[in-house]
Amino acid sequence: MFDRRLITHFNWTYLLLILMISGIGITNLYSATSSWTNAVQPIYLKQFYWLGIGLLIVVLISVFDYRHLKYLSLPMYGGNLLLLILVLVVGRTSMGATRWISLAGINVQPSEIMKIVIIVALASYFSEKEHLRGFSLRELIVPALMLGVPALLIMKQPDLGTALLVLCIGGTMALFAGVRRSAVAFLALSGFAAAFGGWFLLHDYQKQRILTFLNPERDPLGAGYHIIQSKIAVGSGGFSGLGFMKGTQSQLSFLPERHTDFAFSVFAEEWGMTGCLLLLVLYCLVVVWGLHIALRANDRFGMYLAIGVSSMLFWHIVVNLGMVIGLLPVVGVPLPLFSYGGTSMVTTMTGVGVLMNVGMRRFMF
Amino acid sequence: MSLNPSPEETPGLRRRFIISSLIVAGIFFVLALRLWYLQILGVDHYRELSERNRIRYLAIEAPRGTIFDRHGTLLVDNRPAFTVSALRQEVDDREQLFQNLGQLLEIEVGQLEERWQAGRGLPGYRAIPLLEDIGRQAMEKVQEHSIDLPGLLVEVKSFRSYPHGEMAAHLFGYLGEVSEDDLRQTEFSSYRSGEMVGKTALERMFEEKLRGSAGQKRIEVNVRGRELRQVTTRNPLPGQRLYLTIDANLQRVAEEALGENAGAVVALDVNNGEVLAFVSLPTFDPALFARGVSSDEWQELIDNPQHPMTNKALRGQYPPGSTFKMAVALAALETDAVKASTKFYCDGRIHLGSREFRCWKKNGHGAVDLHKAIKESCDVWFYRAGLEAGIDRIASVARRLGLGEPTGFPFGGERSGLIPNREWKKKRFGTSWYDGETVNSSIGQGFVLTTPLQLASMTAALANGGTVWRPQIVQKVVNLEGDTDWVLKPEKLTETAWPKESLQAVQKAMESVVNDVGGTAWRSRLEEVRFAGKTGTAQVVRRKSDEEEKAQEGDDISYQYRDHALFVSYAPAKNPQIAVAVVVEHGGHGSSVAAPIARAVYEAYFSEEKNEDVWSPAQQ
Repeated sequence: MFDRRLITHFNWTYLLLILMISGIGITNLYSATSSWTNAVQPIYLKQFYWLGIGLLIVVLISVFDYRHLKYLSLPMYGGNLLLLILVLVVGRTSMGATRWISLAGINVQPSEIMKIVIIVALASYFSEKEHLRGFSLRELIVPALMLGVPALLIMKQPDLGTALLVLCIGGTMALFAGVRRSAVAFLALSGFAAAFGGWFLLHDYQKQRILTFLNPERDPLGAGYHIIQSKIAVGSGGFSGLGFMKGTQSQLSFLPERHTDFAFSVFAEEWGMTGCLLLLVLYCLVVVWGLHIALRANDRFGMYLAIGVSSMLFWHIVVNLGMVIGLLPVVGVPLPLFSYGGTSMVTTMTGVGVLMNVGMRRFMF
Repeated sequence: MSLNPSPEETPGLRRRFIISSLIVAGIFFVLALRLWYLQILGVDHYRELSERNRIRYLAIEAPRGTIFDRHGTLLVDNRPAFTVSALRQEVDDREQLFQNLGQLLEIEVGQLEERWQAGRGLPGYRAIPLLEDIGRQAMEKVQEHSIDLPGLLVEVKSFRSYPHGEMAAHLFGYLGEVSEDDLRQTEFSSYRSGEMVGKTALERMFEEKLRGSAGQKRIEVNVRGRELRQVTTRNPLPGQRLYLTIDANLQRVAEEALGENAGAVVALDVNNGEVLAFVSLPTFDPALFARGVSSDEWQELIDNPQHPMTNKALRGQYPPGSTFKMAVALAALETDAVKASTKFYCDGRIHLGSREFRCWKKNGHGAVDLHKAIKESCDVWFYRAGLEAGIDRIASVARRLGLGEPTGFPFGGERSGLIPNREWKKKRFGTSWYDGETVNSSIGQGFVLTTPLQLASMTAALANGGTVWRPQIVQKVVNLEGDTDWVLKPEKLTETAWPKESLQAVQKAMESVVNDVGGTAWRSRLEEVRFAGKTGTAQVVRRKSDEEEKAQEGDDISYQYRDHALFVSYAPAKNPQIAVAVVVEHGGHGSSVAAPIARAVYEAYFSEEKNEDVWSPAQQ
């Protein structure tokens, strides 16, 4: 079953990109958490282990032909939905939201798995259905349901950030499949209407975040604190930064969550515009390279898979960076490969594995 | 496998990919533009904010609303207290800092380190409190030496203060820091970490009105943490004032009269349910909680066998003893078999099957009618009357007098007491009701339980002709401008039209208890005003045999087996205004222990009323 050609076709460039970003990320975590002297195991080391696990996942996923996934997509999707319902019934609550569930002793976050599963499910659907003039509204009902049901379940947890990400990923895939202009216009309009209506369904703390995003000074000690401190850290980085381990804001603990969602502001303060641009280019390459893999995929299923994964990475990157530099409201979305966290690393690397799998098999039939 | 052509060969698809790649690059370009805006154009601004001038936003505490009694006497006030805390991010050399501070104020460094460690769980932007309530002199010392104490902050917090000491502490309750768990609840979304919040009683019940809203100031400090500039960006809004129905003087008199005893006194206005005095002793020192109670102090309060933290007026459940007899009398008079004039012969006991039930007076009262039965508290008359009425009728009358369920007092934790009937016993024990239990219930023993507040409410209903009012504690809430924001509306809970002759017979008998020779509370009568009442002595354990009783006379009985002393009453006997219920835990006899306490309350109430007429007739 193992084919020698797999190694030659293995996309080394893409993997190198991933490793470069991860390396920068771990170095940054080292600096961000250097003042925490009492931790049993340093954060950067833990993240290093997670990277190892992530690479193992990439290799494991590359070995199997992605085309088998197509037949698994329905049971995977159904099982994941079931887990999402289970979370609402018996899930573990932490910080006011119920996101975790214990499966055979391992804590898993079904909303996180859904990011990958929705990609597989929609890829399988769109690869079978094709409309030359693009999907009309009526033809979009089925994929909309496939996307909407899990998104609602996730929103109910409540995890607005992940729910929006799942919607963005699915929406991007649908756009690629082709949607008629009339349908796009209609959806955009109803999206606006829903945003107005949805305001009343939001939790108080979610409303707070949006209001505070619009005016951080409204509550500089509470919800606005993150945005203000993050902007100060990023801004004081200047052109060339304050230097590794020398960022005053991050070292002096002014920055909250500086090892998770706000890791980038530590980097921005210490490496300045120069470092930030380099990182932006790397991230941009990751997305564009993913699209390139999609274009040259062997079949439509592979293409949609690659598009899905690329859009997942793209939205994570844009939402996190946008939040850190004060362009978007604070929705707890991690920066892939950069923010500390095992969950994020596993999801990202699973996506990367699928993407490389598609890339490797473009010549095989 | 799919037979579709490879995506690359599909026309139009290539174009779609190029466009999307351009969109991706465009969005990344926008991010880069924003970075350029922050890092190149804004660098000076942000560097200034971060390096030279760090901006700190501090909440300005709103003064919490004060609490007054019905005549405007201040009961709960605020006082400024100085707290020294440390800003973690600005403390470079903790050891040195603590040493300097320790030397300056002559305190141990270990204590500071302890507080520091305890505060490490607080959110990063919050200063860790090191020393609380340090006094003005110490505060000035710290301010003078602030150069040697980088990272330290002196904050003025306001603490609750109580001009009358421990008086009515159970009514006010206390404040505590809002917990980090609470902060995650939407109910507390407007609270900041570290803010004080009402935890019990009035402070909790009226939290929203008392709290006010915090102001905010922007402080600019330099690298060393020295303040450069301070701007108030929002003024705090003080909390609203609470005016209670309580009469501070009456409250003080009642507490003093109860003295060292454990127990409760409740005084109500019989015509609207306003609570005039609300005593539960022993109590606690609320000032202890104002500055934060230590775990040792807390443990001591919890371990005290007299339960100072329990509001006994609201949560103490006692057998009513003979104070229950008015309810039994009204129940018996509802039947055709018993009239006020009906006489039963008391020879000191009745026999029911093989059991004997005794009257408190061993030799018996002789021929007794209702008047004499209440006046001298003859048990045998009530045994017989109770058997005629039956437990279900007794229970129904008791409920109409407000017993057996919470009185609807404005703050929670109220107990409902217990008024048993056949159905209750079936449900609770699965067995049927025995006549012997009716006999026991007829003198307020057995299963019957009441709270002091219920007893006061019952007596008020007997006094006013049958209306049970919801007890009220807050008269009005007044805002900053002096406008009334909320005002009490008396609320009738039940209204029973008792037959006139029955009620009058009971009222007359109660008047006799106090004012006629031979009445059980005759020794507590007042010359200035005739009040009516009923004594009660509730057994804590089963009635003892003669031998045991002889062996354990008086003070030899250990405290927790001694009877509870009770007295319920109202005054004046004609045209009643005020009802007072007294329960003295393990006090002994109602006549000798509880009645004098009520007497003291009446004395104060009626002399005060007279004075009021002289110098402020407009107040009524």
